Order: sequence, then structure tokens, then C-alpha cells
Amino acid sequence: MRNVRALLALLLVVTFAPVAVRTQAPDRSQPPQPGPPPALKLPAIQKRTLTNGIPVWIVEHHQVPIVQVNLVVLSGTGDDPPGKFGIASLTASMLTEGAGTRSALQIADAIDFLGADLSTSSTSDASTVRLNVPVVRISEALPLMADVVQRPTFPESELARQKVQRLTNILQARDDPASISQLAFARVVYGDTHRYGTALAGSAQTIEGFTVADVRAFYETAYQPGNAAIIVVGDITAARALPLLETRFGKWAGQGRPAPHNRSLTEPARQPRQIYIVDKPGAPQSQVRMGWVGVARSTPDYFPITVMNTVLGGSFSSRLNLNLREKHGYTYGANSQFDMRLGAGPFLAAAGIQTDKTADALKEFFAELEGIKQTVPADELTRAKHYISLRYPLGFETTGDIAARLEQALVYRLPDEFFATYIQRIESVTAADVQRVAQKYIDPEHFAVVIAGDRAAIEPGIRALNAGPIKILTVDDVFGPAPNLSK
Amino acid sequence: MKLATVLAVLTLTLAAPAFSQSSLTKIDVKYTQFTLPNGLTVILHEDHSVPLVTTNMWYHVGSAREKPGRTGFAHLFEHLMFMGSQHVKPGEFDDLLENAGGTNNGSTENDRTNYWINVPSNAIQLALFLESDRMGFLLESMTPKTVDAQREVVKNERRQSFENRPYGQAELLLSELLYPPDHPYHWPVIGFMSDLTAASYEDVVEFFKKYYAPSNASFVVAGDIDPVATRKLVEKWFSDVKPGEPVAKLTAPPVALTGVTKRTITDKVQLPRIYVAWLTPPHFAPGDAALDMVADALAGSKNSRLYKRLVYDMQIAQDVVAYQNSQQLSSYFLIQATARPGHTADELLKVIDEEVAKLQRETPPARETQRSINSIEASFLRRLERVGGFGGTADQLNAYFTYTGNAGYFNQDLQRYRSTTSADVRGAAAQYLPKDHRVELTVVPEGAK
Repeated sequence: MRNVRALLALLLVVTFAPVAVRTQAPDRSQPPQPGPPPALKLPAIQKRTLTNGIPVWIVEHHQVPIVQVNLVVLSGTGDDPPGKFGIASLTASMLTEGAGTRSALQIADAIDFLGADLSTSSTSDASTVRLNVPVVRISEALPLMADVVQRPTFPESELARQKVQRLTNILQARDDPASISQLAFARVVYGDTHRYGTALAGSAQTIEGFTVADVRAFYETAYQPGNAAIIVVGDITAARALPLLETRFGKWAGQGRPAPHNRSLTEPARQPRQIYIVDKPGAPQSQVRMGWVGVARSTPDYFPITVMNTVLGGSFSSRLNLNLREKHGYTYGANSQFDMRLGAGPFLAAAGIQTDKTADALKEFFAELEGIKQTVPADELTRAKHYISLRYPLGFETTGDIAARLEQALVYRLPDEFFATYIQRIESVTAADVQRVAQKYIDPEHFAVVIAGDRAAIEPGIRALNAGPIKILTVDDVFGPAPNLSK
Repeated sequence: MKLATVLAVLTLTLAAPAFSQSSLTKIDVKYTQFTLPNGLTVILHEDHSVPLVTTNMWYHVGSAREKPGRTGFAHLFEHLMFMGSQHVKPGEFDDLLENAGGTNNGSTENDRTNYWINVPSNAIQLALFLESDRMGFLLESMTPKTVDAQREVVKNERRQSFENRPYGQAELLLSELLYPPDHPYHWPVIGFMSDLTAASYEDVVEFFKKYYAPSNASFVVAGDIDPVATRKLVEKWFSDVKPGEPVAKLTAPPVALTGVTKRTITDKVQLPRIYVAWLTPPHFAPGDAALDMVADALAGSKNSRLYKRLVYDMQIAQDVVAYQNSQQLSSYFLIQATARPGHTADELLKVIDEEVAKLQRETPPARETQRSINSIEASFLRRLERVGGFGGTADQLNAYFTYTGNAGYFNQDLQRYRSTTSADVRGAAAQYLPKDHRVELTVVPEGAK
């Protein structure tokens, strides 16, 4: 395979075979070799500022007559104060439950009538209000968005609704082996005091306790112009978008000052491997999650880790998937990921394994997690790098794709040249880099292994593996006591 | 579906007319269409927003073609299509694509099976090579061992997506309750476990020969392409794919529910759930679009009737969903709601009945219908943002071609909704959602009553 780096400098030239009058039979003896890869054409980001200081990033994208407007505040669930886990997520939801002079139903009706989508969400590191609207309706939709961001009313009755909705979600998650396993993993790795050990929406205990005052308090620290930025992507020019934004967001004066980011960055101490079983009697599959604390998004090892994880469990042809799915048929799919946040999020490998193969599958998981510490063969490394880098230019297709990438750049303070140098930095990763980060971050001897499955069927086999002490967890250990909702 | 009527070698350039009645939506998806000598219909669409080429193949066969004792086979077969072919060694399909920065997937429904490959535009020939090789030369490399390996994967897909998921069993049961045993929609697409066990290598050979001929497929190449050059490439790569026998049109006896079919099952869940379902007109038949709007009126938004009453006002439901599941032979309309703790499926059903009856009785306000149309118009725009993958423009061209014979059906489809009036919405609810001809499936928590 040719060197991709050298070719990236070339312009996009797709050469087709000379025009033939008759169709000739194709030569199938060798797969056709792709020509020079297309150049990366990055959308131009026009960076402006409203008079109150809110940065605005605009990308003109005239493919389809719609516009995406995202207002990002740099506070997320990672900023939930101790004892208030879930408040960022709840606050984001409450924004659309009454704002300005409109009730929750009136906001929804107005937005739907415009053919718009208005949604809110929180991740660990940011909260975002997103508007997607046909461009001809932008000036009607923006005032609604501005109300939601700047003038939420947080009605008591809506808070009560939201709380019951969320508590019922928890009740339902307790039924779902995949959800149980996912949360149990976070809990055993980070514990119940670290923010990353509890679901984004919080626990039944915290949710039950939330008041309008809690929501308002979080709102006032997080939703401040000094903590916000706006991203606009779509069929609109900067010249048209900016005055609209200035009118709707330029006079927003915060009442407070954003709280300093208060991430609990203390990493849990590494421990010898421990296996946790959450009993789901009769379950036809075991939902398996294993791993430990990974890295923060700011890690200097971002690129080698990205390549290493692609080899291990980040693509269809990754080792975990080829082994557990294609070779053994134990699962519909196995994968691994580094969940990178401002703090060190988890690394985890995951699969749903048919019950009677649980122990066999664990053995294969451990073998692959050990195996990745050996030198990765050149062809496998090249494939992984190409898989990431060659499709990178394709990932700027929709307004949503582009806006999501800009959000990442904002939230993680990525350098200006991040997108432009991405391909080159992936392609520069060496086998030695991959081995180094595998040895540094993949340590299955010290992993937590969580299995939600039929204990009676799987425990003897797991015990026979002698892979570490086994601890039995209840669903209550994972979620806390069930919410009391029957009134 | 029979496609032999499509023009032989003529190339049509069809620019769908722009809509004049609203400045909101101008759908203009240009494409060229031609048919290869082996019968394969090819549709090309240019879109240079990113340097991506997508290939999108629809085989006009789905689980509805399965024979008794072999349910789930069309989907198992879909898995086998990724396992290599005569000139593509096992494992190479994904290996080659990943090496080129490509991604791929496939899916199976009652009426069709589709496959897409997204690649950077420099790898267009690789995608054409892979797609043509498995159409022309799949069996040359197929072995009983390949079938066995994917059989286990598919069984695990069934476990993961249905058996080990809350309410998954109910989803499997619904089609059995709606359609009689001799109807091709009676069984679930994923199939029964025992039938997956029974599927054999011989079945694979038979199915491929019968249904995977070029004349039973349609193929879209879209994205960063030059249509003239791409046509030559498609002609080249598919020129050695042999034609097959024509496939007879799929027929089924007319179906109707004769009364109310009630079923209650238990599951490992905490909350009861009710499913109410009706048999409704096929995709694109009169009534189909109006039923989409009935669904929107009932449960499509926060202000929709059932959401507002069950979830927002009464707070006796955690969620409510309604949709018209449009299919080729017969569709069904489904309302599904999950009870809040302390409430029962019967309480939900009572309110569902009241709201459906009200919609059947009273013409909805014009604004409510307009709100629906506005949302649908916007969704037509959003659907044009992505060219590849499931639901991208290429997939839509292929869907329209497969179900209407006209790949450029975008505006006609949108017009179905635009021309639906409040009276039509009421009328569709009244005609197609009779209280005395439906399925009522209830899931109750294990151990409860």
C-alpha cells in the first residue's frame, strides 16, 4: 500500500479508465487498487464574537436549506456538585419546560409548527441546546431558542413531571441487562463518590431530592454568556446569521460568574483483577464489560490510543470482533473504546455473550487484551490507520456532523490545526507507539470485569478460569434502592 | 417485485420538478437510470459535498419469501454476503474496505434486503468489485462451515436484540398475531431459533439462485461521481454477472382481522405495556400517508393527543408511540404505551380508545394538521443531508424505485402529505382503526397478575 501521507498533498484527481466503446470483462484476479485519496477539504470556520463576548463559529454549508444552531455551555454532568449528581442533566431538560411567556406545551407546539427540532442535552463536559430548522424559518425559531437559553421559568409542576419520568427510566434500566452491566462497570471502577461512577442522570436518591432551587442554582452557574459559545452550520451566510444572533443573544448579560470547573480528577487506585456478577436468572446472554480508568481527552497519547483501539476493538475487523464474533460465534459483536472526557474516562471492552459460552469468551477477551501488548503486524497497523484516516474527509457531510466536530473542538479546546493535521498525525503513529500505549493503558490483570447474566449457569465456568475473585452484586448495589413510585 | 418493465438501455435524466407552493421545500434529486443487459437496474446520483461514493444494492427479497421451517433465512443469508465470494477471500471484504477507509452494512426486512458500501471516491472501483463479485460469484466460495459460523452470530443477534431485551418477546409476537400462518408476514424477520438451526448450505444455494439475480435487484451509485465515467465502471464490473431467472411477483391472500385478538404475555419487566395494532393499506396505497399523520396526531409530539393525555396530563404512562408500519403487501398501524408504576395496561387502553374515537369523530383543527405537514416537510429536507448509509439519498432512491417504480418519487411522496386534509386524517382513523378488528397484546411483569 502506498504511503498516504505523501499523497495527501496531491489534489483530488480521480482518473477513470480511458473511454472504451465496448464493455470489457473486469479483471477479478486482484482487487482494484484505489487511486490517490481525495484531499481533505475542510469547511471554513468563520469565528466572530457577539457584543457581549459570546464566541460564534459559523460554517456555511449550502447543501440543503436547513440550519443547525448549537449553543454550548462549558458545564456538564462533570460539574454536578457532590450530592447533586444528575442536576446538569435535569437542568438541560428543564430548559424547554417553560421559557419566556410560553409553557412547555406552547414551546413544543411553536417549534413543531416551524418544522424545527429543539433539543437539549448534557454530556460529562458540556451542555448544549440544539436547534435544527429549515432556513426560511430561522428568524421565527431563534427567539424560541433564545427564551429557552436565557429565560427558562422552571415551573414546579414540570420539575415534578421530569422527576417521575427520570425515576421511571431508572426503574426500567434495572430490567435491561445491557444497562445494568454498563452502569455496574462505571460503579465498580469509579465508586459512588466519583462523578463517573454514577449515571449522567443521577441516582434515584439524588433525583428524588431535587428542587427548583437546585435547578436554578445550576442554571445560574452554567448558563452564562461567559461560559457559552454558539455554533452555526448550514445554508446561511455569516452576514445573515450574525445580526440575528446579535439580536437574540448579544444582550444576554449573565447574573453571575461561571463556577470554576470542579472535576474530581482523583483516579481510583489500580487493583488486582476482580470479577463482578449481577444475577439475571434465565438470561440467554451475559452482558460483559471489562476495563479500567482510561485517559482524559487531553492525553498526549490521543493518536496512538485511537489507532491501538481500532486494532483491538474499534472496527469490524478488530481483534475482539473477529475473534469473539467471526471466529467463535459467541456474540453478535464485540468492541472496545476509550471514553475520553475532561477527566480520565474509562476504557472498556464489551459484548453480549451467549450464556453457555461466557467463560470461554472471557478467556478470549483476556487473550486479546494481553495480545495487543505485542508488536502489531505492519499490515494490521496500516489497515487500522487507513480505516481512520482515509474516511476522515467523509466525516464533514451534514450540518450535524460538522456541528458535532466544532463542539468537540470547543469543549476540549482543540488547537486550530487539529482537523487539518488529523490525518497526518494518525498516519504518523508507529507500531512502537501502539505497543507503548497498549502496555501503558491495557492491563487486564488489573481490570474490573462485570457480567450481568444468569449466575447459576455461568458462575462455575468463570470460577474455573481462576481469573480473579468473584463478587456478586445485586441490582440495588448498582443502582441504589429502587425508586418508590407507587403512590 | 418485478422490474422487467424498466426501460432497456435508455438513460433517463430526470429532474424532479421543484415545488412551487412552498418556498420551504424544493426537492431536486437529479439522477440517471439505465438497465444492464443482465437485467440490473442502475441509478446514478451526483453529490459532491464530500469526497464520498456510496453504493447501495437492494435485492427485492426479504423474509416474506421464506419457506416454512426456514424463517429468518433471508436475514441469515444477508450475513453470508459479507463472508467473501470467488475472488474475495474470507475476511477480505471488510479487510479491503477498511484498508481503503470504507464502511459497510446491510439490513433485512419483510420485503427487501439492502447493502451499502461507503468509500472515499478514489476507491469506487473497489466497492464495485466487491458488490459485483458477491452478486456474480457468491456460491463459488460458500461452504457449510461459513453458514454454521454466521448461524451462531445470527442466533446471538436474536438473543441480544430480542430475547435478552425488555419487551423483545412482544416485538417478535406481534406479526404472528396480525397475520395468519399462511401469510408471508406471519413470522418475524429474525426468524425462529429452531429454523435458524435447520438452515442448511443447500438452502443457501437455492435462495441465492432464486432471488439474487441482477434482474431482482436495483443498484444506486451516488456521491462524488462523474455519471458518465461511473456508468462505464458499473457496466464493466457487472458485465460478467450472469442474468438469472425472473422472479414471480410475491402474492399473498388478502388479510383482514375478523375480530379482536387478545393476548397477554409475561416478561422480566417492571412495567406493563400495551400494544394495539390494526392491519392497514400497503405502502403508498391510499390511506397510507394519512395514517402517518394519524400517528403524528396521536403520539408524534408533546402536544399529540395520546402523549398529552397519558404522559403529560394524567401521568399514567411513561411513553407512548404510534406509527404506520408501511410494507409492500399489507401494513400495520401500531399504538404502544408503557404504564407508569401503579398503573395497568387496561387503564392505558381505555384512554387510547377514547382518543382514537375522538379523532374518528371530530375533524382535527387545521393548525394541528398543518403542524404535522410542516414537520414532515422538514424531515424530507433533513433526509437529503446524507448520501450514503441507511436512509441516505442513495437508499431513498432505491426505496422509491423498489416500491413505486420511480426512483425520483420524492416530491410525489411529499405531495401525499401536503394534500392530506384534516378531514382525511379523521377519515383514515375512522376507516382503518376499528375498535372491533384489532390486536391487543399486553405485557405484564413476571409474577404480577
